[in-house]
Amino acid sequence: MTSSEILFDTPADPAVEGPVLQVEDLHVSFPSEAGRVQAVRGLSYEVSPGEVLGIVGESGSGKSVSSLAVMGLLPESARISGSIKFQGRELIGRTDAELSKIRGRRISMVFQDPLSALTPVYTVGDQIAEAILVHRGGSVSKQAAAKRAVELLDLVGIPNAAERAKAFPHEFSGGMRQRAVIAMAIANDPDLIIADEPTTALDVTVQAQVLQLLETAQEVTGAGIVIITHDLGVVAGFADRLMVMYAGRAVETGKVEEIYQQPRMPYTLGLLGSIPRLDVGEKQALVPIVGQPPSLTALPPGCPFAPRCPMVVDACHTAEPPLIDVDGSAEHRAACIRTGEIAATDSEGAEAAAEIFGAEVVEEAEIAKVPREQREIVLELDGLVKEYAVNKGVVFKRRVGTVHAVDGISFDIREGETLGLVGESGCGKTTTLMEILGLEKPMGGEISVLGTNVSSLDSKRRFEIRRDMSVVFQDPMASLDPRLTINDVIAEPMQVHGYSKDEINRRVPELMKLVGLRPEQLSRYPGEFSGGQRQRIGIARALALEPKLVVLDEPVSALDVSIQAGVINLLEELKSKLGLAYLFVAHDLSVVRHIADRVAVMYLGKIIEIGEVNSVFDAPRHPYTQALLSAIPIPDPVKERQRERIILTGDLPSPANPPSGCRFRTRCFLHASLPPEKQRTCIELEPPREVQAEDHEAACHFAQIRQVL
Amino acid sequence: MAGFLLRRLVNYVVLALVATFLAFTLASVTFDPIGLLQQRNPPPPAASIEAKKRDLHLDQPIPQRFVTWMSGVVQGDFGRTVADRPITDELGRRIGVSLRLFLLGITIGILFGVLIGVVSAIRQYKFSDYFATLFSFILLSTPVLVLGNLLKIGAQSINNSIGSNVLIFVGEETPGFQGNWFEHLGDRLQHLILPTLAIALGQIAYYSRYQRSSMLDVLGSDFLRTAQAKGLTRRKALMKHGLRTALIPMATLFAFGFGLLVVGGTFTERIFTWYGMGDWLVTGISAQDTNITATVTLFVAVCVLFSGWLADVLYAALDPRIRVN
Repeated sequence: MTSSEILFDTPADPAVEGPVLQVEDLHVSFPSEAGRVQAVRGLSYEVSPGEVLGIVGESGSGKSVSSLAVMGLLPESARISGSIKFQGRELIGRTDAELSKIRGRRISMVFQDPLSALTPVYTVGDQIAEAILVHRGGSVSKQAAAKRAVELLDLVGIPNAAERAKAFPHEFSGGMRQRAVIAMAIANDPDLIIADEPTTALDVTVQAQVLQLLETAQEVTGAGIVIITHDLGVVAGFADRLMVMYAGRAVETGKVEEIYQQPRMPYTLGLLGSIPRLDVGEKQALVPIVGQPPSLTALPPGCPFAPRCPMVVDACHTAEPPLIDVDGSAEHRAACIRTGEIAATDSEGAEAAAEIFGAEVVEEAEIAKVPREQREIVLELDGLVKEYAVNKGVVFKRRVGTVHAVDGISFDIREGETLGLVGESGCGKTTTLMEILGLEKPMGGEISVLGTNVSSLDSKRRFEIRRDMSVVFQDPMASLDPRLTINDVIAEPMQVHGYSKDEINRRVPELMKLVGLRPEQLSRYPGEFSGGQRQRIGIARALALEPKLVVLDEPVSALDVSIQAGVINLLEELKSKLGLAYLFVAHDLSVVRHIADRVAVMYLGKIIEIGEVNSVFDAPRHPYTQALLSAIPIPDPVKERQRERIILTGDLPSPANPPSGCRFRTRCFLHASLPPEKQRTCIELEPPREVQAEDHEAACHFAQIRQVL
Repeated sequence: MAGFLLRRLVNYVVLALVATFLAFTLASVTFDPIGLLQQRNPPPPAASIEAKKRDLHLDQPIPQRFVTWMSGVVQGDFGRTVADRPITDELGRRIGVSLRLFLLGITIGILFGVLIGVVSAIRQYKFSDYFATLFSFILLSTPVLVLGNLLKIGAQSINNSIGSNVLIFVGEETPGFQGNWFEHLGDRLQHLILPTLAIALGQIAYYSRYQRSSMLDVLGSDFLRTAQAKGLTRRKALMKHGLRTALIPMATLFAFGFGLLVVGGTFTERIFTWYGMGDWLVTGISAQDTNITATVTLFVAVCVLFSGWLADVLYAALDPRIRVN
């Protein structure tokens, strides 16, 4: 037996004092064509037993790389130096065989994308049992491990666990797979759990479930937790301490409350100021952080944030500032030479950010002052239906069912107005969009654009009406043809619609300026732009034909937080300047609250609540809206810890076989609390959409206000 | 599942019939066995030529000839050759020869192809990877005709240096060989080594390229990372989770490789003088024999369709995601 086996096969000594994990001066670099990428540059942190450390940063900040280094899972090409001590024992320099004895037993990990985290060819139960067998194969029989796997699945809240353990990963939903991964992570009662963006790929309601489960996991195992995220909301209520990373280094660390209330590094300030707040009703000034994170191949001397910092002075460029104690507290440290000045401002948190970054509330458009009823209707949906056939059979296809993707939805959008369409994935948002953009005769109901019913259109009129409507897609990387120059990308819609050459040449640079890009860059290709810039190009293309309505399909969800704010601000400015109407599809309700005038909540192909945005957010009537709002974490540790969260059970039912009566009743907490005779109403009768207040309708038999923010 | 595979089989029978009919028609239209007969020196008497015509049903229209032939096939009678020998007897023997020749070569090809592909992927851009890549490309670009003859030359010089005929490259066994079953087996193995090498080398080169790229796809996958995070060593995670998943796309290649090689090995058979199916096709065509050509075509069709069916079965066995309920 080698010394390492003796080290790690002995049970952990609970009496051992000190941190579980101690990272000191960690450096990680990778080779790349442009030179060595210094992904992590001198990172130091500690995690105490039972403590939750949140690591926050944008993509490329080194947060995931540093945790993979702890697990020993970096590719061979990575060069690692510094020290990683786990329970006092050095991990760097250990062989894979030695590290594999700790991985999954003492330190376990939960990954970002649950859809690809499980091996597709083995059952979920087998994969969990494997985690036990690989460490305790000598003392635990296969049957015992399989039984334990079922218990674990039950513990993480998989209903009917014994049966489901025999299922393959593709038979699980995303949320259930993440539960299975967590079951695997806690299988051997680890001392440290690293969760790398564990909820990023999940819907908000499922995110709330998974976060709660992680808290349970921590209680059960007593493990220290490192939770990595880009979402400041997620960690506000969960983490004890926070570390903000930028360009491979920690730039601010401290207690969660201190960092959210008294951020002392301009980057942290900017991050906090850039998130739209779900709990703020009045228009808020969003802080856009200009520029992009630096390239990590050849960093210039000085503070890496200096090129984007509003407080930059000459001294910032001379040397990279170390983490220094702020406000005389040894726990709160920030890497900025001007922390004292930030401390001297009167305002706190996001307000201080808006002040320092000079962010302003975007002016409302003239048209917004006209009462809604007097404005022109840009888009009207009346009872829109879209169904898909479910076919079975190889030689002779026969229809075995129908997916009611959109089942009779109605709303209108008026000039200069933004309607936010929200709901979980699979609720029919995208189908609705596609139906509107298709301009074809719908299966049921009517679509009218600027007063023209689309089913009456011939192909010539349909082509003409496309000018009045345009679209911005979610993924800025995939929605621009990489072989066209930006000039061609923006000019294309105008060429199709027969604009003259002169007009196009005049208008393209104009559009570039409009979206905040330099016209000199027109001859470049999409690959040379960052995600945020590409999304601006997508917006410029959408505006080329001077549309009345722009359909935005998750336009900011693929962008980093600091970039997101800039695009949201741009959209607001354009709307105000050009009098546009937006149909804004998003799953992020905070963004919707910030940008939308009205909001429609969809569930299983139906709109269950619709109305003026503040009325819906402040006084939601439908239990689903209440649950959805309560599931969204607020980036404020104090508020977040006081909130009572409504956790929805289970996943969205199949739209091929929706529940009778009210479709939400199977997951409804209100329904569950009702006496049987009232429950019968929910089961038998589909609730109609009823007026609840001025410009506020909800479809619930027992609608009542419940404040959740 | 069983019902699904059964329906597939019914489809396949129809396809095999169509393929055979086309080959039969094409052969009947182009072949002129009587002309070949007349060119003999001295020419056969007119009466026997007439008799031959009748024997071969050349007086009937082609579709009728096909029906006549096919109704025999259904009863297990594949007709007679132009030289008036029963095809059925020879068919069984030749299938046996081909299977004995190719089964071993293909099995070795698949095993080593997978192994080399996996190692290349895991040690990407290392020396072993470059080495395997270079040799694969050399082998893939060498026609089996050249490779077979090179092997023969190499074997000859080995035999010469040893001073005895260890590696034999003519036929399946030594004619008139006397000995017990064990010595017979040894004799057959001596004959088998070279042709097996000729087949296996090409197969290894081919499969290793595909296995390498399918393994590379899996190497970066999240589930491999999860397996390691559970505590599996990298090697174990690669074998149990990585290779198992990377084999799925290979199923089709394996199945079709098998089906096609049994008849595609014409050159190998000819070089090493094995009288298998590939050799028979060439013999049949040069003898202007419609029945042989149609029989071999039917066999090819059955092989190809069986491969397709096998691919489906393999896929279902390897990948739970496509199992049909």
